[in-house]
Amino acid sequence: MEDFGNIVCSAFIVWLTLVVGLIVLPAMFGISLGITEVYMKVLVKTLEWATLRIQRGSKEQQKPTTLVSNGIILRDDGSMEKEITDLRKGRSKPQINGEFELSDIFYFSKKGFESIVEDEVTHRFTSEELVSWNLLTRSNNNFQYISLRISIIWVLGVCIRYCILLPLRVTLATIGLSWLVIGASLVGLLPNSRVKNWLSELVHLMCYRICARGLSATICYHNKENRPMKGGICVANHTSPIDIVILANDGCYAMVGQVHGGLLGIIQRAIVKACPHVWFERSEMKDRSLVTKRLRNHVADKTKLPILIFPEGTCVNNTSVMMFKKGSFEIGGTIYPVAIKYDPRFGDAFWNSAKYNMVSYLIRMMTSWAIVCDVWYLPSMIRQEEESAVQFANRVKAAIARQGGLVDLSWDGGLKRAKVKDTYKEEQQKSYSKMIVGDDSS
Amino acid sequence: MGSRASTLLRDEEIEEIKKETGFSHSQITRLYSRFTSLDKGENGTLCREDFQRIPELAINPLGDRIINAFFPEGEDQVNFRGFMRTLAHFRPIDDPEKNKDPNVSEPLNSRNNKLLFAFRLYDLDKDDKISRDELLQVLRMMVGVNISDDQLGSIADRTIQEADQDGDSSISFTEFIKVLEKVDVEQKMSIRFLH
Repeated sequence: MEDFGNIVCSAFIVWLTLVVGLIVLPAMFGISLGITEVYMKVLVKTLEWATLRIQRGSKEQQKPTTLVSNGIILRDDGSMEKEITDLRKGRSKPQINGEFELSDIFYFSKKGFESIVEDEVTHRFTSEELVSWNLLTRSNNNFQYISLRISIIWVLGVCIRYCILLPLRVTLATIGLSWLVIGASLVGLLPNSRVKNWLSELVHLMCYRICARGLSATICYHNKENRPMKGGICVANHTSPIDIVILANDGCYAMVGQVHGGLLGIIQRAIVKACPHVWFERSEMKDRSLVTKRLRNHVADKTKLPILIFPEGTCVNNTSVMMFKKGSFEIGGTIYPVAIKYDPRFGDAFWNSAKYNMVSYLIRMMTSWAIVCDVWYLPSMIRQEEESAVQFANRVKAAIARQGGLVDLSWDGGLKRAKVKDTYKEEQQKSYSKMIVGDDSS
Repeated sequence: MGSRASTLLRDEEIEEIKKETGFSHSQITRLYSRFTSLDKGENGTLCREDFQRIPELAINPLGDRIINAFFPEGEDQVNFRGFMRTLAHFRPIDDPEKNKDPNVSEPLNSRNNKLLFAFRLYDLDKDDKISRDELLQVLRMMVGVNISDDQLGSIADRTIQEADQDGDSSISFTEFIKVLEKVDVEQKMSIRFLH
């Protein structure tokens, strides 16, 4: 019995040493041993083979392939005025501007039915549908049994992901986070100086690099010359909490957020010792002017790290960018937009907070194949004289959407949980009223 | 695990819906996917809240009427068959040459049925007449608070006057059809489905 215990212990120690030696240490110093590259190559080859097999398989079975990349319907994009005037063309009477027609109802009912069949918003809050199955259980929505070989590979995949990758990744994440807490607390003991800042940045970078290895993350940074500078504000589209790890792998940011309890709270308290982050109490978050003031003070100090803000305010599924809340754009200072696009084939990064809590989400992340994403740093933007905060926010949002190949929506990400405001309906009613009473508005 | 959309819908059901509504196999599967994604309660039926969760529908002035069209008298849930049956009204009109089967009753998406569907959006009490009150109700939904009661009343009166032929101060279905005979119902009350 004792021998067995000894063997297990020594095996564990050997394994741990290997992990530290092969993964953690190189990660800390930003060196790559090429293990991840090999893994990714094998993975891509396997997925391509699987895709071909599935396509062949569904042809043989003569099941109609459902194309998920296109929409279900084709919409007319005319304005209300144009569509209703079109409807009225059929009238035999001469058209007097400002009249009601029984056929006007067709416009609203058609629009209503189109939105029932397919709308722009509701599907942004669920994971993106894949064109072809990527051998993960969770994305198996429309794909039926194809062949024995595919199923075997799938079972093999499950074993590898849950029995090999998951423990490895959990170890790495634990090491990374503990190092962050310990390292940051140690650095926090030093008096404020340039050395302290340099050390703090080093500690942060190391931890995030280890965490990134812990997710098998392959990140490609574009346009590094536009990287956010000190005293600026970095804004990015939000898909998951992992966005922070992705961005912090290439630079140091000051985080903004609410004070949490538990593990997250410990981390928050530790890292704020090393360098200034902006944490708010729950009660303080409600006071908009207080929030703006603190952020403004932080930004004004050019020695402090750039703030990282996600103006959407919630996670969306990385196929679109939703409304940017204007608060971040009222602070002033230079805005550095960043676009993040995940490759959905290797893992679904979207955090559906309605369906999964943080822990189950992290486990899902750690049992995906990998996280592959592109990060584009966009040229900095400043608010123009005549521009309102909302217009500026929309301008930045459009630039991010364009770069990341995402759909630019003006719908509020808060619609995930809340009802839509009545003001939009009232706007439509107003436009329609103008049409039926003519130009003289009474 | 996500819902296995296409496997939950049996082939016989798909065939039945195909016959009843005229949608193609792939359209039915896509629409079933949509149905399940709207069905937050995951019990195979949709309730009114499920529809109201669609922002574009919630801001449509006639949103509530449109949602009502899915629910048969007095019921609060609609299943997939009922969903498809109502959606079928908005399928584009088929080529009349294709459907030569005399046994098949008038398809749900014929010009007549489309007009009947629109008529029923006005005719809330289903007495086959659009009364002045019913017309006013719909008008009020579409204009909100922007027009006074008097002005709206005169618009309603004028509309009934123009359409009414038998002098009963309300619009029957025949009169409705007459008013709209020149309107391109085929295009304006149809949704262009892909594949």
